[in-house]
Amino acid sequence: LNYDFETQLRRRGMELPPLAVQTLQVNITKLCNQACRHCHVDASPARTEMMSAEGIEKCLEILARYPEIGTLDITGGAPELHPQFGFFVEEAVRLKRHVIVRHNLTVQLDKHPKTGASMEHLPQFFAGTRVELISSLPYHQQFFTDAQRGPGVFQKSVEAMRRLNAVGYGVEESGLKLNLVYNPVGPYLPAAQAVLEADYKRELKSRYGLVFNSLYTITNMPINRFRLHLEKSGQLEPYMAKLLAAFNPAAAEGVMCRTLVSVGHDGRLYDCDFNQMLELGASCAGRALTIFDFDLATVLRRRIRFGEHCLGCTAGAGSSCGGATA
Amino acid sequence: MSSYYESQDLAKFGGIGEHAKKLADEFFRYYGEVTGTDGALTKREKALIALAVSHAQKCPYCIDAYTTQCLETGASPEQMMEAVHVAAAMQAGITLVHSVQMQNHLRKLVL
Repeated sequence: LNYDFETQLRRRGMELPPLAVQTLQVNITKLCNQACRHCHVDASPARTEMMSAEGIEKCLEILARYPEIGTLDITGGAPELHPQFGFFVEEAVRLKRHVIVRHNLTVQLDKHPKTGASMEHLPQFFAGTRVELISSLPYHQQFFTDAQRGPGVFQKSVEAMRRLNAVGYGVEESGLKLNLVYNPVGPYLPAAQAVLEADYKRELKSRYGLVFNSLYTITNMPINRFRLHLEKSGQLEPYMAKLLAAFNPAAAEGVMCRTLVSVGHDGRLYDCDFNQMLELGASCAGRALTIFDFDLATVLRRRIRFGEHCLGCTAGAGSSCGGATA
Repeated sequence: MSSYYESQDLAKFGGIGEHAKKLADEFFRYYGEVTGTDGALTKREKALIALAVSHAQKCPYCIDAYTTQCLETGASPEQMMEAVHVAAAMQAGITLVHSVQMQNHLRKLVL
């Protein structure tokens, strides 16, 4: 079987050039309080990569210069563990940007893995800045959640959600958005997003009294830690064949790399967070793109770098950092 | 040494069209329509029924395929295990209800 993504596009006469940069997604650290089995970042408490203060300033300068970049999406690792996380959020809010924080829930309760500092202030901080939170919860039950994210994670996530609900997150009339992310716990595709969202809402409300806004389904990309698991268990080939068989042209049209750019901790630009982890840097006319010489017109002229992992974004209902795309 | 029920053979299911393509095409169209779409039953409900039938019929290919299909339609492990218990209870009931036949015959034989 041919898993080359561009071959799939050519067969269908498709081209996927960049359309816009609506979102600047910045991975500010690979440090995390967790070490999840599927993590494409290979994030863990042992990682040390951090964006410099200069890098943070450059990102803010880019936002100030280009109002058409309406959203700052801060990710990691656990981005809250970066020493300038609070500054970054507050300054982007001051620039009137929509700020999304990829918040793993448990970081509220685990102490900072390097400094031992308490992170229990986070719900108040989030509510004060009114950022949108997107949080992973692989299932509405303990079994799958702990299998993927580690023992005890489900109960901690429930407690963290309770604290977020208490300050208004996920509560309809508050306007404070708490969105959850489902991703399969193994080499299979997510169920329909709307169906799962209804299950999550019913189960989390009835069992734990918890509320949230939307559920996003995300497919596991066959890269890094998850790929290693697939290789070791002899499941890589069947998983790739499954992704290929489920190629959906409508999902391909909506791939997120057409409307965002991803920034690495060192300031390099990538088409998405997955390309970042594979070190497939974005370039234009042979020059690597970075935040230090950022020019929007040049970024939009780049050719998106596709690989076989892109089949993960185009399978079935599609997958992106904002959930299904088709 | 070769053996029956190799897991990679599941991927060869489409090959049943060899020597009988028209019949296979008709079967797969029907199969897809019945199991792969939401109808009066949801795809998840159909997957759970298929999982129960897979166990009752002791088909390892189907057990693998419908365990995956249950997960891909959002079923929980509790729902999947309960579906298998339905199959098990039905099989026990089917065995036991035949004892009526045994008792009928017993009464006939005993003076």
